[in-house]
Amino acid sequence: MIDFEFHSPPSLEAVLELLERHGDDARLIAGGTALVLQMKQRFAQPGHVVGLRQLSGTGGLGAMNEVAGALRIGSLCTLKQLEDEALVRERIPMLAETVSRVATRRIRSMATIGGALVNGDPNQDPPPTLIALGATVELTSGSGQRACPVEDLFIDYYETDVRPGEVLTSLTVPVPAANARGAYLKFLPRTADDYATVSVAAVLHLGDGSVCEDARIVLGAAGTTPVRAHAAEDLLIGQEPTDEAIRAAAATVPDAVDPLDDFRGSADYKREMAGVFTRRALAQALASVPEQGAEQA
Amino acid sequence: MASIATATISRLTLCRHKGIVSAMVKLKVNGVEREADAPNSRLLLDFLRYDLGLTGSKEGCGVGVCGACTVLVDGELFASCITLAAAVQGSEITTIEGVATDGELHPVQRAFIDHGGFQCGICTPGQVVAAKALLDMNPQPTEPEIRDWMMGNLCRCTGYYGIINSVAAAARSILPPASDP
Repeated sequence: MIDFEFHSPPSLEAVLELLERHGDDARLIAGGTALVLQMKQRFAQPGHVVGLRQLSGTGGLGAMNEVAGALRIGSLCTLKQLEDEALVRERIPMLAETVSRVATRRIRSMATIGGALVNGDPNQDPPPTLIALGATVELTSGSGQRACPVEDLFIDYYETDVRPGEVLTSLTVPVPAANARGAYLKFLPRTADDYATVSVAAVLHLGDGSVCEDARIVLGAAGTTPVRAHAAEDLLIGQEPTDEAIRAAAATVPDAVDPLDDFRGSADYKREMAGVFTRRALAQALASVPEQGAEQA
Repeated sequence: MASIATATISRLTLCRHKGIVSAMVKLKVNGVEREADAPNSRLLLDFLRYDLGLTGSKEGCGVGVCGACTVLVDGELFASCITLAAAVQGSEITTIEGVATDGELHPVQRAFIDHGGFQCGICTPGQVVAAKALLDMNPQPTEPEIRDWMMGNLCRCTGYYGIINSVAAAARSILPPASDP
């Protein structure tokens, strides 16, 4: 690892000042599960590393609460917190379930949700589910704040829309409506702590007579960013999601994705599995209990 | 092993002499305030082993996957091989050296001995720290919970049954005495 200056700023304002002063030469570190590996491999060689752990208190970037029908989750909340907290488990069980599939308990107790997003790794588990749930992030800079849908955050392989001087400060995830059904499936042919060969998050909103009013289907590890399967969604919306309709929708997915060849499988294999796992995810979503905590139904 | 450790120490010492940016790292390790001057790039694992001489935590994979370097940071499981010491400044650290108290083995350590939870032993410090963290949070885990929790600690000798049996036995051994109805 190359040498660097380490900073432990006492406030978000001080973090923003450091980013302004050092620009591209500064990197933020929260759990460090991604950045330290990149630094060990010399993919990242920042001259300044800005530690955030001291800002992770529950009053600041580690806060988690329900506001106006959505969970607002501070970016320094760990994946372990999202997995364990009753608020997430009861209000958005699909999110708690998705996060519990990331790597191992040890990694989940280090890694933060903000870090998992700004890393821009297309193999991550949380992004497909967050996109399917319609989540947004808050990006804060010296000149103010802006909201960005998680769907628009990912630009390319390890490249995000977080602009110079910006810090991802929180995540807002709408609590699903009572008619929502969701599932996250992760295809893991190697080991349980691996990245997915492909993963699928599906959220369906069912109306009267079980007609599908809205559908969001998002694939992970299936391209250089998470991929939304618009054609499959369009085939389901306005239809009753019968087994036949699900199969037809899933059959469009191999053409929607653009996976990379790697040791988890060839691109062709992953394309085919993307269709198979989309069908299974849709079936599992429909068989699931309402996604929202029942007390509000 | 000794030669590897010595080589690493001299490499790290060399870095320091080349004008590397360093800072005083203060941690509360196993209940004792410890501090040492270390380069900013010092990993927590290397800080514990080479600056503080606590060589119980091991380096296996070096990428956070195998669990041999597992320690607790403020009570949470951490892979010390991918943690910057500077990034956890001021935290409370528990290593394998802090698991036994007053010369008395922790129930998890006792169970690993009694139930064949280790063979070569290189992964054992991480296994024991991880199992202790599980029982601290969930004193009576089910077998699936044990398997799920311990999944992040790899062992190339035991085939895992010995480990799972040891953690289950440790949980039984800390059961509160049954009260008469």
